Amino acid sequence: MSGHVSPIREPLVQGHKSYHDITEDLCAPTERKPSAAWVIGIIISLSLLGFGLFCIAWTIWHGIGTWNLNRTIGWGWDITNFVWWIGIGHAGTLISAILLLFRQKWRTGVNRAAEAMTIFAVICAALFPGIHVGRAWVVFYFFPYPNTRGPLWPNFNSPLLWDLFAISTYFTVSLLFWYTGLVPDFATVRDRAKGFRRKIYNFLSFGWTGSAKHWQRWEALCLVLAGIATPLVLSVHTIVSFDFATSVIPGWHTTIFPPYFVAGAIFSGFAMVLTLMIITRKLFNLENYITIGHIESMNKVILVTGTIVGVAYLTELFIAWYSGYVYEQFAFFNRAVGPYWWSYFGMMFCNVISPQVFWKRSWRRNIALTFFVSIVINIGMWFERFVIIATTLAREYLPSSWSYYSPTWVEIGIFIGTIGLFFTLYLVFARVAPVVAIAEVKSILKTAGDQYTGPDAIHSHHGHGDHHDHSHAMGLAANTDHHDHSDGGHLDLSSSTASSAIASSAVAEETVSIETESEAADGPRIRSTVGPDDLKKIEGIGPKISELLNAGGINTFAELADTSVERLKTILTEAGSRYQSHDPGSWPEQASLARDGKWEELKDLQDRLDGGKFV
Amino acid sequence: MAKSKDIIYGLYNDEEHLIEAVRAARADHLEIMDVYTPFPVHGLDPVLGLSESRLHIAGFVYGMLGTLTAFLGMTWIFTKDWPIIFGGKPYWSVPAFIPITFELTVLFASIGMVVTFYIINGLGPGVVNPTIDLRITDDKFCIAFDKSEVDTSKVESFLRGSGASEIHSKTI
Repeated sequence: MSGHVSPIREPLVQGHKSYHDITEDLCAPTERKPSAAWVIGIIISLSLLGFGLFCIAWTIWHGIGTWNLNRTIGWGWDITNFVWWIGIGHAGTLISAILLLFRQKWRTGVNRAAEAMTIFAVICAALFPGIHVGRAWVVFYFFPYPNTRGPLWPNFNSPLLWDLFAISTYFTVSLLFWYTGLVPDFATVRDRAKGFRRKIYNFLSFGWTGSAKHWQRWEALCLVLAGIATPLVLSVHTIVSFDFATSVIPGWHTTIFPPYFVAGAIFSGFAMVLTLMIITRKLFNLENYITIGHIESMNKVILVTGTIVGVAYLTELFIAWYSGYVYEQFAFFNRAVGPYWWSYFGMMFCNVISPQVFWKRSWRRNIALTFFVSIVINIGMWFERFVIIATTLAREYLPSSWSYYSPTWVEIGIFIGTIGLFFTLYLVFARVAPVVAIAEVKSILKTAGDQYTGPDAIHSHHGHGDHHDHSHAMGLAANTDHHDHSDGGHLDLSSSTASSAIASSAVAEETVSIETESEAADGPRIRSTVGPDDLKKIEGIGPKISELLNAGGINTFAELADTSVERLKTILTEAGSRYQSHDPGSWPEQASLARDGKWEELKDLQDRLDGGKFV
Repeated sequence: MAKSKDIIYGLYNDEEHLIEAVRAARADHLEIMDVYTPFPVHGLDPVLGLSESRLHIAGFVYGMLGTLTAFLGMTWIFTKDWPIIFGGKPYWSVPAFIPITFELTVLFASIGMVVTFYIINGLGPGVVNPTIDLRITDDKFCIAFDKSEVDTSKVESFLRGSGASEIHSKTI
């Protein structure tokens, strides 16, 4: 990854964080006592899980007859839930693997939690094939192992067996990938811990040291794992769709299934990532690391995949009509207006209509709306699987076999139990491990931290990292130094003092501008004030007034600082009576501080102001 | 555990200082024992003279092993060990073998690479490596020298001159 900083991209790490701040913030959830919200969450999750375990025990004890499946409808909630959970898992791999290959830096804020989600979702999914076979205690017959029955082997030509291999491989690779990423972060937690906790984290961190060669191999490993996890994740849902597509059931026997299932999987997975991330960032105060920008990026993926899914639904309908095949036509007619019409319309509304709100930027960046839509999509994708599975089976070739299906409390209980299992595992994970990848966020800080890029930047930036030929004087780059250097026993050198002084203060701009010739040629220096400044940084100026000022030719802090209070009052008066109450008295003074990059002083001033007015 | 070493190390506050210092140390022909960082620092490897990792080659070999295991295994089972006709298809139905062959390729490659990674790095469950400085996993960038391989006073003056924020000696 080069050291190039885009002036356009939104910062991914907010709050002018130093490396040490990142460590502090991201380790904190594992170090402090659990919050009340967490305790309530785990109690609810464990209760749901307990009920689910009871229902599973009930199923195994009394047999599969406790479910409402019948001769016609052999797959009901069990397989619906299986496909739903597997689909959810896909977003984690997409974020960790595909976005790594595409060098999308925003993945670093969410990849750890999304990968954890993948693993937990796959565990929930794997439960269903295990118990729906009826005799769960002989489920190992699926595996090809030397047995006393011949040996008699499983049917390697069957998609159901491919599924077994795909899901076991997917689980294993996801787990390895996730844990390898966790090892350096466990080491960070270890080095802050004492006593028994330190022993535990040393065990978890595998004795990680941070040696340069280890990091090099770690990156090589992660890249190759990402490279092979990418086709793997596509293969998994493709194979899940083969379970249906290779059959002769009208409505299942279609070639569109693999891409349509994969898009749907990513769609539902991102919805679940959003649900989790919005809760997580709130619960663990991670708003500076999982930013609105992250949420917006994920909403864009939701919009794209949701629309792909919509196109797939319509394509299915068109092909059913165009094929001239009456059974296929009937299958789709039956889905839309048959006895399960409500699930079809639920699916259409939740999956195709609801994500369309994300065409609008301000709605993509609205957390409450995003949370709501993410839940709606989770429900919609469950409906999709139900429509495909139960609705299609309910009315196939023989009208004499037609049937209707609704679940028993046992089936519902098992589903609720998996939700409990999922959230239990997630909450425990969030307490034990850093939910945001510490080392990876540090590695993007210089290119995506808000002190280096975006409207808030206070350090002008120059290429670093991959440029081998540059030579600059020591002590220029800023890194807040939180450790006390005055306690003797080691040397306190001028450069570190200098860099502490620079940190998060305006001195940086002047200092960094002392650059050598070679460095100026090294890469484009991006100043933070390319284009207009964000005038909303001035207390008292909101989006509307900011627009008014822009219309009045005031676009930068410098221009605002040079504008008289009278002129500002005129602009406000001309804009209408609703702006009368605003007092621009302090704005030029605030702007002059902002222009000079004196953010600390500006903050002090704003603390003294009340709504932008002198008190 | 290996026998203890006397080391001297400097801590830097920024990865850019670290890269410059490593380059300068190499130019001075000072034998660096190791460099420790809180995150992967890009551009460090060539400066430090590390050759590219060959882990991906190992991954390819493991993957091929998986391919062969799956494909030859299924071939043997369905043509020699217990041939069964499924749906009138030939015993050796290659297209149907592809999904499992692919999955095992991925499985073997990833397990093999991860295990190799931990073995060659000397890492694993229960391994306790000596800690040089607790802040290396936080925000410090460290260059360590083995005192038996370098002239300590020369190293100290080098570290002092290269912008190290702290210099320590330690036996690990």
